[in-house]
Amino acid sequence: MKVLVPVKRVIDYNVKVRVKPDKTGVDLANVKMSMNPFDEISVEEAVRLKEAGTVTEIVIVSIGPQQAQETIRTALAMGGDRGILIKTDELVEPLAVAKLLAKVVAEESPDIVILGKQAIDDDSNQTGQMLAALLDWPQGTFAYKLDKDGDKLKVTREVDGGLQTVSLSLPAIVTVDLRLNEPRYASLPNIMKAKKKEIAEKSPADYGVDISPRLTVVQVTEPPVRKAGEKVEDVAALVSKLKTAGIV
Amino acid sequence: MAVLVIAEHHHGALADATHKVVTAALKFGVDVDVLVAGENAGAVAPAAAKITGVRKVLQAEGETLRKQTAEAMEALVVPLMANYDAVVIAATTTGKNIAPRIAAKLDVMQLSEVTAILDASTFERPIYAGNAILTVKSSDAKKVLTVRGTSFAAAGTDGSAAVESIAAPAGPFKSEFISEEMVKSDRPELAGAKRVVSGGRALGSADEFKRVIFPLADKLGAAVGASRAAVDAGYAPNDYQVGQTGKIVAPELYVAIGISGAIQHLAGMKDSKVIVAINKDEEAPIFQVADYGLVADLFKAVPELTDAL
Ligand SMILES: Cc1cc2nc3c(=O)[nH]c(=O)nc-3n(C[C@H](O)[C@H](O)[C@H](O)COP(=O)(O)OP(=O)(O)OC[C@H]3O[C@@H](n4cnc5c(N)ncnc54)[C@H](O)[C@@H]3O)c2cc1C
Ligand SMILES: Nc1ncnc2c1ncn2[C@@H]1O[C@H](COP(=O)(O)O)[C@@H](O)[C@H]1O
Repeated sequence: MKVLVPVKRVIDYNVKVRVKPDKTGVDLANVKMSMNPFDEISVEEAVRLKEAGTVTEIVIVSIGPQQAQETIRTALAMGGDRGILIKTDELVEPLAVAKLLAKVVAEESPDIVILGKQAIDDDSNQTGQMLAALLDWPQGTFAYKLDKDGDKLKVTREVDGGLQTVSLSLPAIVTVDLRLNEPRYASLPNIMKAKKKEIAEKSPADYGVDISPRLTVVQVTEPPVRKAGEKVEDVAALVSKLKTAGIV
Repeated sequence: MAVLVIAEHHHGALADATHKVVTAALKFGVDVDVLVAGENAGAVAPAAAKITGVRKVLQAEGETLRKQTAEAMEALVVPLMANYDAVVIAATTTGKNIAPRIAAKLDVMQLSEVTAILDASTFERPIYAGNAILTVKSSDAKKVLTVRGTSFAAAGTDGSAAVESIAAPAGPFKSEFISEEMVKSDRPELAGAKRVVSGGRALGSADEFKRVIFPLADKLGAAVGASRAAVDAGYAPNDYQVGQTGKIVAPELYVAIGISGAIQHLAGMKDSKVIVAINKDEEAPIFQVADYGLVADLFKAVPELTDAL
């Protein structure tokens, strides 16, 4: 089996983002960028499937600027076999990402595409489901557990209220949730090896996909700031404050 | 012009989320219909027909729709969209699973977790874990939205819409429901609760989480939540996670116990009316958003608080 893993380069999850004073977006100059944390989980899962002998090849793909190549390299150091960078400096919306990925799928014919459930910059939680619809493939979103079950894929999903298990015919789309696995750190020898792995460079035009945005940004603003309240001395003081304020 | 709302329901009961989604849909200023699909749709449809402002309820029940799998819901909703200019669904795990499939089939860029509808094509939504608020204009002919329940009040229940049955899509689909393991609880449902008590990594074990957090929650009649760290460590079930990638809550009272206040956690609870934090580290970031902060060892303070209430 072959697996395709799309990875996105995003602002690091530890960075406190700042809205630009002109309200056109957030300040990305000189901030630390990393692989979307959910995508690390996707890569890890693909590598584990390969280690278990279920998967023979892992292809990593990223859509983004030249620097997204570093994100692909990180995934290759974790155990990916080769990469595809679809290079663009434009902001690409999930629908357009899904269309590009559908073209990559047509070329590569993977059995499974494993994506993150959500990119922590746009917080869209859309791309995997959109790709599934464009390909008319089944989807197992918010995966908590993955099992190959004969010619099917069993996906246990994190849903409101608990867990749900679905069985998907292959090929299929999976989007991963936080509890699926704990991603590894790439070892130094693997980082060195990854430098020699192939990364093909493409452009959206190579795939004939129109990536022009459907959404126009009117403005990006700071959320209302919540002010710190007061510290209370002890439990008795807390209870009396809550009672006075009519909360309990 | 009309807007279609996809109802959320569980075990034969209409979820409160649906009433909030109707409020959001009515902001388009046109007719609003509600689709009730899946297991027990027939039993749930009358409740949907009572939601104030609803024109018509569409009800679809059948084997393929039983668990509202995304593949079957796509097949049901996409043809219906010939009659609608927008479809609105709650930003729950069900809604998030289904909506992007419909959007992609309609060639529409979805708007996720919408918190305000300014006009029929302009929307507000949080990005970067709620650290920025994006206002966007959509140029798509049809709109597909998931909406955040905490941003819209529930619509009333004095309506009397007509109910119409429509056929479930013929299968088979490439995805099949196998089983589910639902957490049983008599406490209020987290997303809509008026009070929430959440525990973090500091609880140290599932047993301590139960021993310390549950009695306080029960005393307050509160739902129980948790930080990601507490869920990852197995102290609390997955769907207790409050935050950027878990549940968004905005209760009247949120009590954060042994939670540091990482941005990802704050994203899920900082719109709560009153926040109480109990943490032994006076520098913990949670205190920057807390109305009442108590610097104390939770193992001592929380049982004391439970007794004092
Ligand atoms: C992609 C991604 C998504 C995420 N999504 C979420 C999310 O949705 N929700 C979420 O919560 N997190 C999320 N996180 C994780 C988040 O970054 C933090 O790691 C997490 O919230 C920390 O949980 P915590 O506060 O329980 O643990 P810690 O940060 O370890 O804090 C424990 C706190 O307990 C206090 N403490 C210890 N002992 C005691 C005691 N005896 N009495 C009182 N206080 C004590 C400590 O002072 C400390 O402040 C996400 C992270 C990533 C990367
Ligand atoms: N530009 C991109 N390049 C590669 N993968 C992406 C890109 N954008 C989104 N994805 C994938 O889609 C997932 C969900 O993203 P989103 O729908 O934007 O929240 C991510 O976790 C990635 O796996």
